[in-house]
Amino acid sequence: MARYGMVIDTLKCVGCQDCVIACEAENSVPEGFCRDWITTEAKGTFPTIQMEIRTERCNHCTDAPCVSACPTGASHYHDIGGVVLVNHDECIGCKACIASCPYDARFVHPEGYVDKCTFCIHRVEKGQDPACVSVCPTYCMTFGDFDDPGSEVNKLLNSRRYHSLLPEAGTKPNIYYLT
Amino acid sequence: MNSLSRRRFLKISGATISAAAAVTSLSSVVKGAQKIDEKTGKPIKGIQKIPTYCDVCFWKCGAIAYLKDGELWKIEGNPNDPLSNGRLCPRGTGGIGAHYSTDRIKHPLIRKNERGEEKWVEVTWDEALEYIATKMKKIKREYGPESMALFSHGVGGTFLKHTMKAYGTNNMTAPSFAQCRGPREVGFEMTFGEGVGSPERTDIENAKCITFIGSHLGENMHNTQVQELSKAIANNASIIVVDPRFSVVASKAKYYLPIKPGTDIALLLAWMNVIVKEKLYDVDYVEKYGYGFEQFAAEIEDKTPEWAYPITTIEPELIRKSAREMAKNIPASFIHPGRHTTWYGDDTQRSRAIALLNALLGAWGRKGGFYLPNKFSVPKYSDYPKYPKSKKPLVHNPGHKYPYAEGEQLSTGIREATINGIPYPIKGWMVYATNLLQALPNRDETIAAIKNLDLLVVVDIVPSEIAGWADVILPEATYLERYDDLNNAPFKQNFVSLRQPVIDAPHDQKPNWWIAKKLADKLGVGNYFPWNNIEEYLDARLKKAGLSLAELKKKGVVKGEKQPIYFDEGIEPGFFTPSGKIEFYSLQLEEHGFDPIPKFTDHGNPPPGYFRLLFGRAPVHTFSKTQSYKFLKDAMSENEVWMNQTVANKMGLKSGEYVQLKNQDGKKSGRVKVRPTERIRTDCVYMVHGFGQTAKEMKTTYKKGGSDAELVTRYKMDPIMGGTGMNVNYVTIDWEA
Amino acid sequence: MNEITSTRHNHLIDPSLQIWNWEIPVYLFLGGMVAGMMLIAGYFLFKGRENEENCSCFYLPYISFVLLSLGMLALFLDLEHKLYVWRLYTTFEISSAMSWGSWILVLVYPMLIVNILLKPPAAVVEKFPILNKPKEYFFSNPMRIKSFGVLTMFFGAGIGLYTGVLLSSLGARPLWSSSILWMLFLVSGLSGAAAFVHVIAKNVYERELLAKADNAFLIIELFVIALFIVGLKTATEVQASAADLLLTGDYAASFWVFVIGLGIVIPFIIQILAVNHKIKHTPIAPLMVILGGLVLRFVIVSAGQFSHWFRTY
Repeated sequence: MARYGMVIDTLKCVGCQDCVIACEAENSVPEGFCRDWITTEAKGTFPTIQMEIRTERCNHCTDAPCVSACPTGASHYHDIGGVVLVNHDECIGCKACIASCPYDARFVHPEGYVDKCTFCIHRVEKGQDPACVSVCPTYCMTFGDFDDPGSEVNKLLNSRRYHSLLPEAGTKPNIYYLT
Repeated sequence: MNSLSRRRFLKISGATISAAAAVTSLSSVVKGAQKIDEKTGKPIKGIQKIPTYCDVCFWKCGAIAYLKDGELWKIEGNPNDPLSNGRLCPRGTGGIGAHYSTDRIKHPLIRKNERGEEKWVEVTWDEALEYIATKMKKIKREYGPESMALFSHGVGGTFLKHTMKAYGTNNMTAPSFAQCRGPREVGFEMTFGEGVGSPERTDIENAKCITFIGSHLGENMHNTQVQELSKAIANNASIIVVDPRFSVVASKAKYYLPIKPGTDIALLLAWMNVIVKEKLYDVDYVEKYGYGFEQFAAEIEDKTPEWAYPITTIEPELIRKSAREMAKNIPASFIHPGRHTTWYGDDTQRSRAIALLNALLGAWGRKGGFYLPNKFSVPKYSDYPKYPKSKKPLVHNPGHKYPYAEGEQLSTGIREATINGIPYPIKGWMVYATNLLQALPNRDETIAAIKNLDLLVVVDIVPSEIAGWADVILPEATYLERYDDLNNAPFKQNFVSLRQPVIDAPHDQKPNWWIAKKLADKLGVGNYFPWNNIEEYLDARLKKAGLSLAELKKKGVVKGEKQPIYFDEGIEPGFFTPSGKIEFYSLQLEEHGFDPIPKFTDHGNPPPGYFRLLFGRAPVHTFSKTQSYKFLKDAMSENEVWMNQTVANKMGLKSGEYVQLKNQDGKKSGRVKVRPTERIRTDCVYMVHGFGQTAKEMKTTYKKGGSDAELVTRYKMDPIMGGTGMNVNYVTIDWEA
Repeated sequence: MNEITSTRHNHLIDPSLQIWNWEIPVYLFLGGMVAGMMLIAGYFLFKGRENEENCSCFYLPYISFVLLSLGMLALFLDLEHKLYVWRLYTTFEISSAMSWGSWILVLVYPMLIVNILLKPPAAVVEKFPILNKPKEYFFSNPMRIKSFGVLTMFFGAGIGLYTGVLLSSLGARPLWSSSILWMLFLVSGLSGAAAFVHVIAKNVYERELLAKADNAFLIIELFVIALFIVGLKTATEVQASAADLLLTGDYAASFWVFVIGLGIVIPFIIQILAVNHKIKHTPIAPLMVILGGLVLRFVIVSAGQFSHWFRTY
């Protein structure tokens, strides 16, 4: 079994949105929507400020509440890597998955179904990185398999301090941020 | 129900309705062109990859465009390109938006009503060019060909420059000198005998300590530099950032110096004072290559951190610590020279101070400092007739008032000549790919100059603000739809790259080379274009370099053999200054009556209730050019005015609230959102440049955000090279909406 | 200072969730009313009141049928991918409250139809005598009809608590992550239904009984709301600030005025006075209760979408 995920180095990320734009072009994301985005968190008062810049997206949680909430099985774990996907022609657009996601990673596509990051599974299946990872000019993102002990993502987690987003939501997110 | 909740309920339904409307209007996505198979007459099925180089900014990264079923799909970096290393910046990635922009000009247009009213008649290319040629011939007859001037930005201007020279004028300029990197180039030339160039010759990836002064790399996305910065961070390089605003790169810094705007020279002198006094500088290097070090050391003797503290507001201890940090990492330590350096009118001297500090660190010619770039040699096209010789001087710098404005011409100088006719009248402007209303300071002067013209031609992709004032607009094909001249810019790794069309222009747009050639025909100087089409021209150039167009069309980029780029790799150190050395004491400057060693000048304080207006870049936009591109407009549709949180609280301004800014001369900006933040000093405000566009035909960008350019009514001339210092304007909040 | 900025700007998601508009609260309200009516009708059957000619248990199923159908219509209108609605019934997803709900609704309809057939319209029976069979079957044995009453109550409670569980299963919204939201919606449904039946009941005994019962339900509802709020306030910081949305935040006015004041306290006082014959029974108080129940659903759905984890992390 594989468990796909990302390790993102916040020390390198400059928040340029290249990942966002690459995703939109690669996946023909409709205008006005995005599947990934930049969050900037600044703490402190001028001039003593700690700032973290992150590229965020669906965390492809191992215990994904969106999959649990889906009444039709449209939201599901993909056979490969546990990637969380939405089957467009099973989705009724009830939006329970959107309400259940603590990361607000999903949205309603103008065609009616719910859309989100797919980890560019169409690229991953061809051995490529997701579009966001492959475009990043700071090389801050690493995509890989957490179930493979020798994978680059595991090496990074073993060598650096990291955190994930809202671990307290109990969804077991698969994106980690190096700090 | 109380009004708050009611408003919230209303807000919900209101937002839903307006969003539904937005989605409907989105469905009318403008169709781009389709690549048609010549045999079947149908769109080519499947994926096609076509290499080219990017034009969203001036970095010119090698790229590969992807077509899916004949339609433009995406664009990625060319892995063989040394500039992009296979990764474009967000603007490059969003470059296909240039092709799909809904605001594009579709046909040549001739003005119908008064200038600036933006009313047009669609004409054919023949009519448009005939109109321009007739007017240009008239100007030539009445005033001489020198009374035509060309403003041109970027590689696409090559052939128009050629046409203009053939026609008989040499008055041609770009805002990239006097409004941008000019002071830096001159400051470094005065010191090392060479400018920094573009791409900047900074060896960021090998540096152990990098100091940024106002330069907000990561927000300006000069691709290779950002990539190298990330590598430097991975190597644990120390970063020192000096900026009134806590920029993105400041968040990566070991030392952040929240300097008072306009006092950088004082800080630089204090740093040098520490490094010289504590003898932390590269002594061998300075002894070997330096000229006038003794006088320099004497001059900065009293410029202690304590002296600088009240000026800069930076604690002396922080100045010392950061100075020691940069010295500790000699010689892989340098001060980034920046790019947009026209701030306060003494910018050449500031750049010189930066150059001198770099000299103390022994950074020039060293690994992790400033490398010595090399260039892939591609001979020029040589079968052109000689250009006619003009007897008249250039107009941009009468009497050589600015002694070091000679390399590139001053755009504000040409504007001035257009207004006052000195040394002779300028009656026609040809403007290529530069929105002068946003690029030049004091818009009123630009408009006054335009009013004196007999002819204003604008070549552009979209009906930009300057195009709104034109007599004739010529719609250009985007970089994805045309060939341009080759790129063999000097860099770490020499290379040559090709721009080629990846898709047809969607309407009646034409490539600039075609425009230049046809105009030359109409002007009776068609003999200056001995080639029939640009492919012949490119192939001829490439053949002389031992390459061919066919090869470049396939590869996009060809790299030359790796050459040495550091002194340590065997390059003989040489400095093209009068002394042949690094000039700590500048004889040239002294000769012209300027300070031979930089001195601090006070640039004053904002009056009570006012803030110094600062502006900069966002990673997703280039100037005022990209705001209508799909993806990029989504990524940032309007700018905000950054304001210190405490100040905003005192003024009762809330995040996202719309205000207008008013400057010291009563000029007002458009509506712009307030962004209260802890990330900026209390004495200044900050905006991203390029927004608040006032051209009505720019439907996607019209009045989105505020324009700093509208508020820059005052500018301070750099007496050395004629740069226009623009950070000398103060603004206040005028109106809350 | 903690300054969080995001470049995300997805329609209906940012700056706060607005995926559910009027349709869902209306559906939840109607579902709650139907639940209450089924509980009341079932209770009367259990109590053997089927022998009373004008017992509410005979016409409540008709009303329930109509209201439930309206609720289903609202639910359908909310779907973004309507043509695929049939996908709900090609699977049963055990972890999805929405899936449970859609199947429960399917089971409730036959339940209501059998309820209707306890006293089918005479004209219809004349044409289709077979429709008299269920009535004959149930009426032939009092235990049968009692059991059927219990079953009706069981399904009624099912819908009622489902309407609450639907929201509280969506743990990402702090306001909804309460284990007693189902009880709140059930009791609110009961009080609304009791108020409604009180107004329309032809049977004087039932009218009096339901006025009293409604008062009891209102007291319980008030108590459950208090528990709901205290539960949130004593849970995580995000849940506490979610509760503040109702207590002091943007939703405070509608919560205090419409839900608590006009929806519970004032009608309670009016009904106390009416039950004690100090004033006359009028439809005003029951109407207030019903409207209060509707506003409650709007407030919970809207404020719940507004409440969020990210704002404080």
